[in-house]
Amino acid sequence: MTTHLGFDFTPPDVEGKVSGEIKYAEDYKRDGMVFARILTSPLPAGRVANIDASAALRMDGVVGVFTADDLPPSPPPGNPTLASEYVTYVGQPILVVAAVTEEIAESAIDNIRVDFERRDFVVDPMESLTPGGKNAYPEGNVLIRTREEGPGGTPIIGAEIRDIKWPQSAIDAMRNGRNPVDGEFTTEWAFGDIDAGFAESVAVIEEPFVTMGYPHHCLEARTSMAYWENGKCYFHGSSQSQSANNNGLARMMNIDPGDLVFINEATGGGFGSKIGPYPIMAVAGNFSRMLNRPVQLRITREQEFYIGSARSGMQGWIKIGVKEDGKVAAVDLVIVNDGGSTGGGSGNSSAGHVTITFQPENMRYRGISVYTNTTPRGAQRGPGENEMAAVLAPITDKAAAVVNMDRVRFRRANVIDSDGVRSQSQSGVTSAFVREALDQGMRLFNWNERINQPKRTGNGNKVRGRGVGIGYHGAGSRGYDGLVRIGTDGRLYIHSGVGNLGTYSYAGTCRAAAEVLQVPWDRCEILRGRTDNHLPHSSGQGGSNTMFTHTRTNWVAAEDAVNKLKEIAAADLGGSPNDYEIDGERVFSSSDSSQGLTYAQAAQRAIEMGGRYSGMEYPDDINPITQRAVQGIQGTGLIGVSKDNIPGQGQPPGNVVGFTEIELDLDTGKYEILDYAAVADCGTVIHPTNFMNSMRGGAVWGVGMANLERHVYDPQNGLPANTGLYQSKPPTYLDVPTSTRAAAVNIPDPQNPAGCRGIGEPTQGASVAAIASALSDALDGHLFNTAPTTTDMIVNHLAGNSYSTQSLKTNTF
Amino acid sequence: MPSHDVMPNMDLYQPVQVEDALALADRLADRGWLVGGGQDTYGWLKDRAKSVEAMIDLSGIESLRGIRETADGLEIGALTTLTEVANSPVIQSSYSVLSSAAGKVASPQIRNIGTLGGNVSQDVRCWYYRRGLDCYRAGGNLCYADTPEGMNREHSLFNVSRCVAANPSDTAPALVALDATMVIQSVGGERTVAAEDFFVGPANDIQNTTTIRPGEILTSVRIPSTWANATFYFEKVADRNVWDFPLVNVAAAFKMSGDSIEDSRIVCGAVECKPHRVTNVENAIRGQAKSASTADSVKELATEGARALAHNGYKIPLMQNLVKRAISG
Repeated sequence: MTTHLGFDFTPPDVEGKVSGEIKYAEDYKRDGMVFARILTSPLPAGRVANIDASAALRMDGVVGVFTADDLPPSPPPGNPTLASEYVTYVGQPILVVAAVTEEIAESAIDNIRVDFERRDFVVDPMESLTPGGKNAYPEGNVLIRTREEGPGGTPIIGAEIRDIKWPQSAIDAMRNGRNPVDGEFTTEWAFGDIDAGFAESVAVIEEPFVTMGYPHHCLEARTSMAYWENGKCYFHGSSQSQSANNNGLARMMNIDPGDLVFINEATGGGFGSKIGPYPIMAVAGNFSRMLNRPVQLRITREQEFYIGSARSGMQGWIKIGVKEDGKVAAVDLVIVNDGGSTGGGSGNSSAGHVTITFQPENMRYRGISVYTNTTPRGAQRGPGENEMAAVLAPITDKAAAVVNMDRVRFRRANVIDSDGVRSQSQSGVTSAFVREALDQGMRLFNWNERINQPKRTGNGNKVRGRGVGIGYHGAGSRGYDGLVRIGTDGRLYIHSGVGNLGTYSYAGTCRAAAEVLQVPWDRCEILRGRTDNHLPHSSGQGGSNTMFTHTRTNWVAAEDAVNKLKEIAAADLGGSPNDYEIDGERVFSSSDSSQGLTYAQAAQRAIEMGGRYSGMEYPDDINPITQRAVQGIQGTGLIGVSKDNIPGQGQPPGNVVGFTEIELDLDTGKYEILDYAAVADCGTVIHPTNFMNSMRGGAVWGVGMANLERHVYDPQNGLPANTGLYQSKPPTYLDVPTSTRAAAVNIPDPQNPAGCRGIGEPTQGASVAAIASALSDALDGHLFNTAPTTTDMIVNHLAGNSYSTQSLKTNTF
Repeated sequence: MPSHDVMPNMDLYQPVQVEDALALADRLADRGWLVGGGQDTYGWLKDRAKSVEAMIDLSGIESLRGIRETADGLEIGALTTLTEVANSPVIQSSYSVLSSAAGKVASPQIRNIGTLGGNVSQDVRCWYYRRGLDCYRAGGNLCYADTPEGMNREHSLFNVSRCVAANPSDTAPALVALDATMVIQSVGGERTVAAEDFFVGPANDIQNTTTIRPGEILTSVRIPSTWANATFYFEKVADRNVWDFPLVNVAAAFKMSGDSIEDSRIVCGAVECKPHRVTNVENAIRGQAKSASTADSVKELATEGARALAHNGYKIPLMQNLVKRAISG
């Protein structure tokens, strides 16, 4: 059937990225543009008592200063664009100064005097929970989500900060790897009866664990440039998302979304850091309006560390009961998240990962996320799930060992399938074929043979380890809109409001429209990247959802176009629409193919017929963003537009299994990844090359989480040690295997007309889990229970030294 | 603290003759900044962690480039890039510990620009110091790293004195192992210093890592033939295999007499503010077989006198293992 789905193609922006011709936000200039730079906080906590910018404003070339007073108040627990009353981390933006050159703007920063009042600070959540421990905010240390009954029963969702302290007994328990029985939590849920589950277990494992947060360090720092023309704000920004930003970004400038032209053709990385409008985006547009000049706010590498958000770290404890047949009978899980200055953590998602991999009949989760005076936390590729996968994999291996089961078979016995349930809700999934992925992965990796090979191969003081891991993330959404247009030139114009993070899924999803309308790809054009290209309501490009979500929207929009083609043909040529079919860019009679219209002719007729055919009318249920987009192109061709109302239920999961073999040098603590093979359960692979890119890229991320990347904060002064890219240590080309192998189960998801689900995030989780599993295997089952497990930790273990994470005292070093 | 990444205003001099550079260095003294490849320059200046009035760009002085064979070994211009050092046939054939070390510095891109002179002259890699904090080395009266809570995983094991920062160079231990001589010029003439004495620790000079003083320029490095074609060993352990500083490295040269070690020079990096020569190990293995058993018997000598900080205790077994491998490898 398909000519597009499952076949490679070249997304239209690839050439520009390879040649350097494509433009990022920082590449745009405008006559009269001024350069804005940020003054950031030197303190981890305090308030701005006074700002004296008079000396800077007297400098030649300085045109203005922009402070928190120029924006609406953003009291806690909001994450302010510019801090004033609540300075909560080193590097937090305080003010912005603009000048005619960057050099003058930077010099002006040094001529601004800011008087701060200091406050207590804390960089370790456990320290903050300790009796008498310091709080990151004057009001407290924990973010509480609230829900109140509003008028007419409409819930009012809110948030507040509370001060929570644990009894010393709970602190001591956590730090010594025991259940903090009397600790207070803000999230608690359970299903089944864990006591009964543990009672029927033949083995019970208890382990503490620590994972470190770490920054995104997006390669493209989040520069923005804005100017105003004819009452509209033209905003060049760096985001993962396109249409999903419109309303929030317009609110930041207090304008109607229709007066915003958001331009974002290419984005140099985000992966959770740039999903929606982030606070610093409020500056360029508002400052430009204030100065009546175009303003470019360029973000430095160090500032990208500060404001680019980070993965939340966690300190936790898990208890697992295993039955004789290898089934996990019960899980008890505790997670204390480091919420940074924004307070949120990913503990619930971590717990969700446990439910996917173990499908326990009985489980309890208790979690709390604690503010610290460190950088804002947010989503980062598989937030919660991937770091949980990292520490859970060796613990899973230990569980398999106690019931004398092969590690893969143990996972196979427990992992979710299409009838399984997930997370707190114990709700279903659209489909899941992880067992098939494990079976395929075992064959691909030759697991049965390799695990029986000797660990020592005679290569110096080196030992090999083999590991397996599972990555999971929810991978799809529903209810967004699709919009296509057949022009009078007969070409298919696919309007995509999906962002261009760099994953090319915006283009892959457009192939669904071409497939439905059977238009050759070289006769298709994707319109995207700027609001005035008339883009429909689309999801944010986060959560690995794009492939599932927007193959559906493009599918339904194209189907709407097909129906209209047939209706136009029937109106012109007689009969009913059902008498017509499409092929070769024509709509024609099924009984006499000579009777028909070309797409170009049909588009011309659509314009003449007007109404819903040319977009003069549109469905009631499409989003206002899509309504504006249709209004922008109405009367220019045959318009296909529809909301995704495809029936179905359950979460579409993205699942990956990874297998790896490492060789660990017992003298140096370094290991080489000799082989990595992964199999994805993501439904039908739509774009094979891009699928492989995602599998490889995620695997590299896994190497970083396993061994290298982490926040390092000094508890003495709240200073981050690794603000630079080289200090944060993302993996380099010699830290990863020269080649990796990847495959897909390729069983279609029944709730997607193209058969696909997303896969971006779990690619990392599978990789880090497999590496952690292999490291444990190399060391005869030793559990580090950390992510990352750095070289020094391994050396210390081999030398019999204690290492700093053993006490769980800090998750920052 | 402000976050900058644009170069501050300063004067820029670009001499093409070494004499002109020396005159500028003499005139500007500590108001000037010598830059070769710039890999340990622009971070300091862009961050405003250090500030100067003028930059003296040496990169146009051709006489400071190149590798020349001399009657007694080699002379390597200070501006010779690390890539050139790593790829030099004569260094690879006779002094491979240096080519190996140069080939492990940072990344190919940095090695293409970074110079041998810069690599040995680079400042310590204490993150507190490089953030511009007022530590002892920066003229203050604190060490932020040498505290129970200090983040000092990369810091020194040996001979700390108010400052615990480590020398991060990969080529410096190799040059000490080769008993190299550093050639330093000023308007007053030329002086030479043994590589082992070129580097200084905080007990002697807490604000400088080498003996170079304002007005002086490191112009070349002389490698004597004394250790040509010896048995060499270099190994660097870093978190990452590219674009990273050593956690510990080791450079070693062995003169063999049959199966016995006649003489050796074994030097570790990133464990002290200067390359750390393990002379007690050298003495212990003199006359011994170059073997795993010899290595095992002496490896703990390598860390005699080491004092671990809160987070760098792993460097002790790591350093022992690297010295062991150097001897047995």
